[in-house]
Amino acid sequence: MQGGVASDMRSFLPIMTVLGVIVLIWYAAVAPMNIRGALDVAERGGADVVPPESRARFEQPVWRLMVDNPQHIAAGYALDRPRLPTPQQVGQELWKTTGEMALKGRAMSKRSLLYHGWITLQSTLWGFALGTALGMAGAIAIVYSRVVDMSLMPWAIISQTVPIVALAPMIIVLSSQVGIEGRGVPKAIISAYLCYFPVLVGMVKGLRSPASAQLDLLKTYSASSLQGFLKLRLPASMPYFFTSLKIGIAAALVGTIVGELPTGAISGLGARILIGDQFGTPLAIWAALFAAAILAGALVTLLDLMQRVTLRRMGMQA
Amino acid sequence: MSWLIFALVFWLGAWALNAFLASSAWRGSLLVRIAIPVLFGVSLIVLWEGIVRAFGVSPVILPAPSTVAATFAASTDILWEDFQQTVLKGALSGFVIGVVAAFATAILIDRSAFLTRGLLPIGKFVAALPIVGIAPILVSWFGFDWHSKAAVVVVMVFFPILVNTVQGLRETDAMQRDLMHTYAAGYLDSLIKLRLPAALPFVFNGLKIATTLALIGAIVAEYFGSPTRGMGFRISTGVGSLSIDLVWAEIVVAAMAGTAFYGLVAFIEKRVTFWHPSHRTPT
Repeated sequence: MQGGVASDMRSFLPIMTVLGVIVLIWYAAVAPMNIRGALDVAERGGADVVPPESRARFEQPVWRLMVDNPQHIAAGYALDRPRLPTPQQVGQELWKTTGEMALKGRAMSKRSLLYHGWITLQSTLWGFALGTALGMAGAIAIVYSRVVDMSLMPWAIISQTVPIVALAPMIIVLSSQVGIEGRGVPKAIISAYLCYFPVLVGMVKGLRSPASAQLDLLKTYSASSLQGFLKLRLPASMPYFFTSLKIGIAAALVGTIVGELPTGAISGLGARILIGDQFGTPLAIWAALFAAAILAGALVTLLDLMQRVTLRRMGMQA
Repeated sequence: MSWLIFALVFWLGAWALNAFLASSAWRGSLLVRIAIPVLFGVSLIVLWEGIVRAFGVSPVILPAPSTVAATFAASTDILWEDFQQTVLKGALSGFVIGVVAAFATAILIDRSAFLTRGLLPIGKFVAALPIVGIAPILVSWFGFDWHSKAAVVVVMVFFPILVNTVQGLRETDAMQRDLMHTYAAGYLDSLIKLRLPAALPFVFNGLKIATTLALIGAIVAEYFGSPTRGMGFRISTGVGSLSIDLVWAEIVVAAMAGTAFYGLVAFIEKRVTFWHPSHRTPT
């Protein structure tokens, strides 16, 4: 991530090779994963299948089925409801629910992943803003007050060992009982809960990174503690700040999706996964998963760019 | 109202005591360093209890800590059953399989610089993805029982540990490797005696991240289908049937399990990597 253009170029070939191998393994896995489904479809279509009853097939290992029915393997690559879709099918579904709908001018339709991605992005950004603000405030309090440091820091660590998914349904119930409409707020709270910790830890490290000689120098300039913060501690913490923001935004997205998954939400990428599960449409799940992955990649890349530009302007080469 | 005043006074008193302790002469002692966060936590619980009692908050919205404690004590058998199903069977077995698989993969990859350069960025990217989303797919592949939960956990813990181990294995510097070379140490010798120990701090970093992910994965997977036991099952049905006190009792179990799991790994880390600068006690 930190490397310059030269090392990026050097890694390009290995990365592409590994990606290619992954895609190959994926394609190879589709045949055994989908052979049962393909045979069921073929049997219903009146084709000859060995063995002919679905119950007898259930007891056979997939390898046996593939050897006995080689002519039906290909059908596994084009099922409507595959156990494992091919990368091509996922790509088509993804395009059908994003680009194609956008071309038809229905980018914000309820069936478009752009709409659901936008809902998820909103909650993620709110949670990210809230979590970053909390993490910053906590870090400043911890750096400047020993009581806060000693009483808060252990609880901050414990808060992250509590599985947030256990709390997520409670947060949603609580906020609806308190009278908060919609699901945006509880989702943002959950994602802030996951996001604040990396920011807190990174900023505590960053704000403490100036050497004591530097702090002493500012004292000889008779700088106030506010000036010391603005002119020394805050600038010195910037590399740490951006690194923790990149972890934080990924965590915030995980939080939003976790907030959408178990709670019967109807919009958002997590809700698409949930609905795809309930209606038995695996392609919708896979498309939503890949959309979430693309969103995560885009957000982290954006922050990485901001980090490079900011640090270069400040004279700290990243 | 008196409850609220008592709680507020208690909270302020605890804070004042903490402020005193933190600037007192004993602030470095272990006792004080434990007492301060404990006091802070207790004061928060008292504040919660006071607010619930003072405003008569309905137990359907937010039960008081005392109610949760009573439910906890009354339903230990259910909680234990759920704990076994989710933590011991789902999370722990998945954690062990995932860790072993990631560790083995890391050592295999490490022999090839080409593979390392290709897999490390991909692993880093995947580790940042919301992998919990694959839970419904794996539940439909592996069935409702704990096997599917363990599978989700395996996938979730695999990448953080892989990335950290691969990075850790590259931590030795040329001088150290040369020294091993002059001892005529082969690949295996230098792996076991130099590079694996040097990688341990990184491995433990990954393990600590993985402990929390393991519990998250096991619980989320239960929201997508489970036998009629398990913490995720109990939480989702408890929210639906408004037995919120039982849900909070499950949350307490989840919190304790998560903290204990993390604490155990941190404890082992301290024992095993005592030589690392971050664990040396400052003199």
